[in-house]
Amino acid sequence: MQKFNLTVNGAPREVEAGKNNALLYVLRNELGMKGVRYGCGIGECGACSVILDGERIFSCDTPIWAAEGKSIVTIEGMAEGDRLHPLQEAFLREQAAQCGYCINGIMVTAKALLDKTPEATDEQILEALDRNLCRCGAHVRIIRAIRSAAEAMRSEART
Amino acid sequence: MTKSPRLPRVYSLASKSDLPYTLAGNPRLDTWIQFLPGDRVEIRSGKVELGQGIATAIAQIAADELDLDLSRIAMLPTDTSVSPDEGSTTGSRSIQEGGMAMRQACARIRAIFLASASRQMGVDIVSLSVEDGVIRSASSNETLSYWELAASVDLTVSAEDVTATPKQIAALTRVGQSVPRTDLTPKLSHGGFIQDIDLPGMLHGRVVRPPSFRATLLSIDSAAVAASPGIRAVVHNGNFIGVVAEREEQAIVAMQALRESCQWSEIDDLPDMADLKHFLRHADADVEVLRGDEGPSRAAEHSVEAAYSRPFIAHASLAPSCALAWWREDRLDIWSHSQAIFALRDEIADVLEMQHDKVTLRHAPGAGCYGHNGSDDAALDAALLAEAVKGSPVRLQWMRDDEFGWEPFGPAMLVEIKGGVQASGDVAVWDQHIWGNRHIARPGRLESPALLAAWHMDKGYAEPAAVDMPLSMGGGGQRNAVPYYDFTGVSVVNHALNEMPLRTSALRALGAHLNIFAIESFMDELATAAGLDPVEFRLRQLQDQRSRAVIEAVADMSGWGTPPAGEGRGKGIAFARYKNVSTFAAVVAEVEVAETVKVLKVHAAVDCGRLINPDGALNQCEGGIVQAVSWTLKEQVTFDRRTITSRGWDTYPILRFSEVPEVEVKLIDRPDEEPLGVGEGMTGPTSAAIGNAIFNAMGLRVRDLPFTSENITRAME
Repeated sequence: MQKFNLTVNGAPREVEAGKNNALLYVLRNELGMKGVRYGCGIGECGACSVILDGERIFSCDTPIWAAEGKSIVTIEGMAEGDRLHPLQEAFLREQAAQCGYCINGIMVTAKALLDKTPEATDEQILEALDRNLCRCGAHVRIIRAIRSAAEAMRSEART
Repeated sequence: MTKSPRLPRVYSLASKSDLPYTLAGNPRLDTWIQFLPGDRVEIRSGKVELGQGIATAIAQIAADELDLDLSRIAMLPTDTSVSPDEGSTTGSRSIQEGGMAMRQACARIRAIFLASASRQMGVDIVSLSVEDGVIRSASSNETLSYWELAASVDLTVSAEDVTATPKQIAALTRVGQSVPRTDLTPKLSHGGFIQDIDLPGMLHGRVVRPPSFRATLLSIDSAAVAASPGIRAVVHNGNFIGVVAEREEQAIVAMQALRESCQWSEIDDLPDMADLKHFLRHADADVEVLRGDEGPSRAAEHSVEAAYSRPFIAHASLAPSCALAWWREDRLDIWSHSQAIFALRDEIADVLEMQHDKVTLRHAPGAGCYGHNGSDDAALDAALLAEAVKGSPVRLQWMRDDEFGWEPFGPAMLVEIKGGVQASGDVAVWDQHIWGNRHIARPGRLESPALLAAWHMDKGYAEPAAVDMPLSMGGGGQRNAVPYYDFTGVSVVNHALNEMPLRTSALRALGAHLNIFAIESFMDELATAAGLDPVEFRLRQLQDQRSRAVIEAVADMSGWGTPPAGEGRGKGIAFARYKNVSTFAAVVAEVEVAETVKVLKVHAAVDCGRLINPDGALNQCEGGIVQAVSWTLKEQVTFDRRTITSRGWDTYPILRFSEVPEVEVKLIDRPDEEPLGVGEGMTGPTSAAIGNAIFNAMGLRVRDLPFTSENITRAME
C-alpha cells in the first residue's frame, strides 16, 4: 500500500492503494464514485470510462500509479451543482437508456469527444463509441441524445 | 417421462377468485399501498424493475386509479418481508399481471377512502371527487386528503371484501402518456445499481469457479492466501471455493491465487460444437405432439423441406452478477437482482436449512436482464461467503469470465419443416419437428435447488434438468412452435432433450425466437415456391384483423413495393403473434450483403393492446430489435469438448455502435384491448426478417444462425 495524489472532478484527493490496483476500484470504493462501472475488467466494454487529462481511458485496466498527479473526470463531475450536464439532460430527455448501466461510460466518452470536437459528425460519434458496448439495444436513442446534447452545448457556447 | 415444473405459489389461488390472480394471492390491500407522511404514497409490487421501466408504468396505473400526481408515488423495490408475492418478473407479463393487480387494488382503496370521507363529511358519496389525493365534496366544498383520512381507514381488509370498479379507459389520464422513467436520473449521475450499494463495514467477496461444468476438486492450497493482508476468510466447501477480503482488489488477487493453487479432475462430455445439429437430433428426448390436424391430406403443387438452427446464446448482460449478504444473529439479509425474489428466498433458506422467514430478500436493480442470468446464483454465493464472516455484510460480484462461463444459456435449437402449397397459394401441408433443451431452470420451478453453489457444495444437490411450462401457460421450447396462420393440415412435434450438457434456462422469448425464425423463413420459402409476394402470401393465410393490420402497416412504412436501391441489398418481412396470444409484431429488415451482412434499417409495426407508456413500449421494442440483430448476425456461445471458450466480449462479440441499423417502430394503440407485454415479441420476427432479406438480396437461404461469413459460406455449398 502507498499513497497517491490525484485530482478527481476538480478536487485534490489522496488515496491509499496497492501500486498496481486498478483505478476503477480506487474511484469506486475509496472515493465513492459509484457511477464508474465495472463491466469486464479488461478494457472491452467501456462501462468504466473516465477522462484522464482530457483523454478517455478505461479505468478498469489503468493502474493507479498511471493516474498519479493527474486530473480525472468521472460521471459524478459532469453536473455543475444541481444542473446536470447537457449530455445527462439529453439522455434523460430522449430516455436514451434501458437498464442504464453502460450509459455513464458512454456519456463520459461523448464528453471527451465533444469537448475537443464540438462539431462532431455522426461518423466521429460512432467511431468514438466503437469501444463502448450496450447490451439492451438503446443505441438508436443514445446517438440521438448525443447529437441533441452536442447541439445544446454549441448553442450554450455561442451565448 | 414428463417433467412438470412446480408452479409459483401464487398461481394456486387463481381459480378461486375473479380478481387478477396476484391480487387474489395477496388480498390484503395494505400489501399494495402505504400512505406515508409528507403526502407521499409507496406502492409495493412483486414485479421488479429490470431496466424495462415497469416501476414507472405501474406507478402510472396507480396514479390514475387513485387520482394522484405521479410525483407523490414511489415504488418500493420488492422485499420479501413486506411486498406482495407475485411470482416472478418474467414472460413479458408484468403489466398484465402486476399492473392489472395494482389497478384493481387501487380502485378498491379509492372506494374505501371515498366511503370514509362521505361518512365524515356527512355528504353523499356521489358528490365527492378526488384531485391529487384530495377528496372534495361538490355540495359542501369541504375537503379531506387521503393522508388526513389514512388513520381512520382500514386497509388491512381483503380485496375480496371490497367492491369497486376501476375507471373507464377513456377516463385515464396518466396511463397512455409517455411519462419519463423515474429510475433513470440517479443511475445516470452516480449510483442506483446493486453493484453500487455500500453497507457499513462491507467486505468484498469473489468465487473460484471450477474450470468446467463437471470438474471436481482434487486439491487446493489456501494457506498462503489465507495469511495475506486483508483476507478475512477463505471458504472451501466441496467444489465451492470463495474468498472474502477487506478491499475488492484483494479479493480479486486472492481469487486468482486460489484458482492457481487448485487441481481439478475434468471430463470431456460436451457435444461437438461443429455439429450441434447432430447432437440436437440424436440426444435422448421426450416427444410430444403439439398439434396434429385430422382430416384427409391435401395435394400440394409445390413442396419444400428445410431445417433451421440456432446455437446456444448468452445473456451477456453488461454487468456481471452481484449480490450482498449480511448475517446478523440467526437472520440473513440478501440483496439480489433476481427476477424471482420470493422463490429465491425460499430456495436459499432450504439450501442453508433455515426457516424461510429468517431470510429477507430485497431486490436491487442490476444491469439489463433478458432472462435467467447469474443473479440467483450470486445470491447464494454471497450468503455462503457471508456465513464465514457473520456480522459483516459481504458484497459478492462475479468476474466477467464467471458470467460468460456459468450463466445459464438460451438453448440451441433445431426446427425442421416439410410443407406444401397449392397452386392457388394456399398452404396444404405443414409438418414440423422441433428439438432442443428445455428453457426454464429458475429457482422455485425445479425439484432440487436451481443454484450453482448448491450443486458444488459438499452437500451436493443434483443439478436439476430444465423444464418447460405447459403450452397453455406460455410453454418453453414449444412457445410459438405452432404456426399462427389459418391453414390446416398442420402437424407439430416437440422433441425436448433429456441430456443437458450445457447449463440452459430462460433467455428472452425462450423457444419463440427460433420457432418464429423457422416458421417465418419457411413461409417465405413457400411464397417463393408458389411465386407469390411474401406480404400477399401471409395476408392470404390470415383472416385475423389485428394480425393483418401490423403486416399492412409495416409494408406501408417500409415502402414494401419498392426494391431497395443498391448492390447486394434486399428486404425481408416476418410476422408473429408472441406466444400466439400476446403482442402482434411485423418487421421489415433491409440488408446489404457484401463480405458480411449489414442490417441497414428495421421497420416494425406492433400492436400490444392498450398502451400504458408509449415511449416505454417503443424503447422495449427498439431494444428487442437491436438485440435480435446482434443475436442474428454475431452471437454464439463457443466451447470445446470440455468447457466454455467464449469468456469475454472478444470471444463473444455483440453488435457495436457502427453496426446498429436505423430502427423505426410504429405502435398501433388499441385503447379498448388489454395491454400486452412487448419485451420479447421482436426477437423472432427480427431474425426471420433479416434472413428473408438476405434471400431477397442474393437468392441464398441461410438457415443456420448466426449469419456469420462462415455460416453464409456453408449455406452456399
